[in-house]
Amino acid sequence: MSSSLVDIVGRKKEVVDRAVIRFCGDSGDGMQITGSQFTNTAALFGNDLATFPDFPAEIRAPAGTLPGVSGFQVHFSSNDVYTPGDSVDVLVAMNPAALKMNLADLKPNGILIVNLDNFEENDLRKAQVKVSPLEDHSLDAYRLFSVELTKLTRSALKDLGLDAKSMDRCKNFFALGMCYWLYNRSMEPTLRYLNDKFKNKPDLVQANTLAMKAGYSYCEATEAFQISYEIPPAKLEPGTYRNISGNAALALGFVAASQQAGVKLFLGSYPITPASDILHELSQYKDFGVTTFQAEDEIAAVTSAIGAAYAGALGITTTSGPGMALKTEALGLAVAVELPLVVCDIQRGGPSTGLPTKTEQADLLQALFGRNSEAPIPVLAPATAGDCFWIALEASRIAIKYMVPVIILSDGYLANGAEPWKIPDIEDLPKFPVTYETNPVGFQPYKRNPDTLARSWAIPGTPGLEHRIGGIEKQDVTGNINYEPLNHEHMVRTRAEKVAGIAQDIPEIIPEGDASGDLLIVAWGSTNGPITAAMNAQREKGRKIGHVHLRHLNPFPRNLGDVLKRYKKVLVPEMNMGQLVMILRAKFLVDAQSYGKIQGKPFKQSEIEDKIEELLG
Amino acid sequence: MNVESLPDQEKQMTTAELPIYTKKDFQTDQEIRWCPGCGDYAILSAVQMVFADLKVPKEKFVFISGIGCSSRFPYYMNVFGFHTIHGRAPAVATGVKLVRPDLDVWVATGDGDSLSIGGNHTIHMLRRNVGLKVLMFNNKIYGLTKGQYSPTSEVGKKAKSTPFGSVDRPFNPLSLAIGSEATFVARSVDVFQAHLRETLKKAAAHKGSAYVEILQNCNIFNDGAWDTITERDARSEHVVQLEHGKPLIFGKNRDKGIRLVGLDLEVVTLGNGLTEKDLLVHDEHNENPVYAFAISRMDTMPGFPTPVGVFRAIENVPQYEDLVNQQIADVQKKKGKGDLAKLLRAGDTWELRA
Repeated sequence: MSSSLVDIVGRKKEVVDRAVIRFCGDSGDGMQITGSQFTNTAALFGNDLATFPDFPAEIRAPAGTLPGVSGFQVHFSSNDVYTPGDSVDVLVAMNPAALKMNLADLKPNGILIVNLDNFEENDLRKAQVKVSPLEDHSLDAYRLFSVELTKLTRSALKDLGLDAKSMDRCKNFFALGMCYWLYNRSMEPTLRYLNDKFKNKPDLVQANTLAMKAGYSYCEATEAFQISYEIPPAKLEPGTYRNISGNAALALGFVAASQQAGVKLFLGSYPITPASDILHELSQYKDFGVTTFQAEDEIAAVTSAIGAAYAGALGITTTSGPGMALKTEALGLAVAVELPLVVCDIQRGGPSTGLPTKTEQADLLQALFGRNSEAPIPVLAPATAGDCFWIALEASRIAIKYMVPVIILSDGYLANGAEPWKIPDIEDLPKFPVTYETNPVGFQPYKRNPDTLARSWAIPGTPGLEHRIGGIEKQDVTGNINYEPLNHEHMVRTRAEKVAGIAQDIPEIIPEGDASGDLLIVAWGSTNGPITAAMNAQREKGRKIGHVHLRHLNPFPRNLGDVLKRYKKVLVPEMNMGQLVMILRAKFLVDAQSYGKIQGKPFKQSEIEDKIEELLG
Repeated sequence: MNVESLPDQEKQMTTAELPIYTKKDFQTDQEIRWCPGCGDYAILSAVQMVFADLKVPKEKFVFISGIGCSSRFPYYMNVFGFHTIHGRAPAVATGVKLVRPDLDVWVATGDGDSLSIGGNHTIHMLRRNVGLKVLMFNNKIYGLTKGQYSPTSEVGKKAKSTPFGSVDRPFNPLSLAIGSEATFVARSVDVFQAHLRETLKKAAAHKGSAYVEILQNCNIFNDGAWDTITERDARSEHVVQLEHGKPLIFGKNRDKGIRLVGLDLEVVTLGNGLTEKDLLVHDEHNENPVYAFAISRMDTMPGFPTPVGVFRAIENVPQYEDLVNQQIADVQKKKGKGDLAKLLRAGDTWELRA
């Protein structure tokens, strides 16, 4: 869908409905900041969008080499956006290594902007390229723009008296300026950002401003680009929007939860990629009374949060797979002593250290079962970056109401990816005020609420409620140490029943798309985008498809079994070897089929569509 | 408690009249499951007596433990108690203390729990100076797992897992604590009841982490481990009592002392021109940890007595929980209490109209 206009110098301005840009270069080239700036500008303009930052685990691999390549992809549109895009319309490659690693994703006839100054013999050698791709016609299928980004940036900044290294650090903003021209974007939001970010470093503001404007003017003046594009604002639901990443949304969700519950928020955390940003965010919110404790290790992170919960706070801990493994024993303790706790596992590729900066969904079985003995824990998963906010509230609500630890499974893609988020009104947030036990008359530490089976929250400091809890098996009601066989069975079944009962307290699932038909796609977590996009495309072709995206993975929504029966086939795409599908097959005796992708990358829309076509013929 | 109510609650408690407690108020109805003759009974009794005297409302006491014989302690104390998992008590207790600095939080632990599986938490609690009172029962053996050597067992210890004798060098718990920036380090003995109670009271009064090693006899798996110290006849020859401002003197006839020669300690006999003035005078407030460290090494040196008492008590280091909460209060004072609606709208936003 496009229409054309002609500008005053006779160049074409084409109106299109969507575009995908990827900035890629060396880890030190500032590609993440370039991409974030373009994203922010697109969001403020009113486009719907999704992003995919993709960076190496090494902070600075040797410059110019293949392992050092960092990329940031943004998909923006005047229509709905569900994914960062399968392939890109514009590729900005700062060096041969970046070009080599990313070219395969550029659409035929796509725009390719390269930094000509970085294609010297030495650069090619570092990228393990023998012949310059700029000379061997391997790029003939694309609209290639070889631009002397380094030289042009230096000449734009020559009067500032900066050294060469400082000038070269601004070349990403030259490229950003070019892309702003290409998509007819205002530079204002980025200028505001520069002035705010470098308040105390006016020379940096000036240098980056000049570089960006030079890039913009370069396109305007050279007539190298004979066409530019315009993407009108999207028709999103009315409201106030901001950009948000999954990790930022989790942090805000927990602040909101502590306010809605009327309790102090305590985060115990140990730095780990890709979860650390939640710790960074929450450490800023001291004005909300938030306590953040950077613990000595993953175990102290979770156990300090358990201590905080015991003392009456909303205790949370944030981690990723390897840290989750270390927290296992403590989670069993939280199950046994029945205290509220929320654990965020921002999943990454594994096993062991695995792929620290890449996404995966392979911790589901660990979350569900990865503890000694019978230790059921409710498990939730956000579907989008913005949904992380709501999941944090929901997890906190369940933890407090049922006196139980709750696990949130997010992942690296949701954590770092950004999307426009409609800011909710405070009045619309769920309220779940806490009432601590204060009455000593008839108090028993394990006396349960008959509806929820939750014990009461009796915090130290309350006169008359002195009691002992611990990880040893205890008698129900009194909490006294008890090793009797039948008591143990009663306690195991009671803890399980309490968690299972949460199904009565969560909404029934309503499939997206067709309410019955040929295929039901069941999924969870960050796969929501590509599945929604693929289902919409396939339904337009007349196929009868439904999509259930589970936010509650334990317990499941109570009608899930019925919904599964309404379709001829069930497909379960997951970024793992088939974990949810195993549970669905075991629990519902349904012939659900697994579609696993374990590449550290999200599904593409086309991959899901291909699978649908394979299944439905 | 909601976010605002904490200060009121505190006020209420401090103005309320404190009941007069006895040891009995701190006993529970739980059947005590330590072996008959275990040194833990004596420690329990001392703690219950001391708690009755501390002028702290009973509900403010919290006892937190890990795993091991010592860690059953909370079940027998009629206060708030939390029996957690192996080695993690200092971390759990740190969470409690950060949220409720007004509580009087104690940790019961042992040589295996505190120095082996929980070593990391122990050293980090000490360097942060979290206001926790840690009672480390050192019996130089794993009791609850039925008799393996521990990180404080002497080299050559023949135990279940070391039939040919252990080859590992042991920790000196107090040297480790001092090396971890501990602000209060003390040692007492299960059977020195009066001394133990005095030491516990000093620990209770300390602002910051207090690490108290209590030499404790496991009469089942390591009976007599401390006999040279505890036997009445031997005691005065093998123990030097640390008293602030007093010279280090010991011996049945109080005729032996410790003096400093260069960087080394030396045992000397008084007389022949040597007087008390030549001896090392104990200074528990000496900020330089070298002194406390030096005397903590004494019991590892042949011919030297084992010091008991307070090795180090530094009172001018802020408590961790106070610093953390002060920072929150400072930010709230500067920025005002957080406004959620504003927070959600922070940064660049845009309006979309219907």
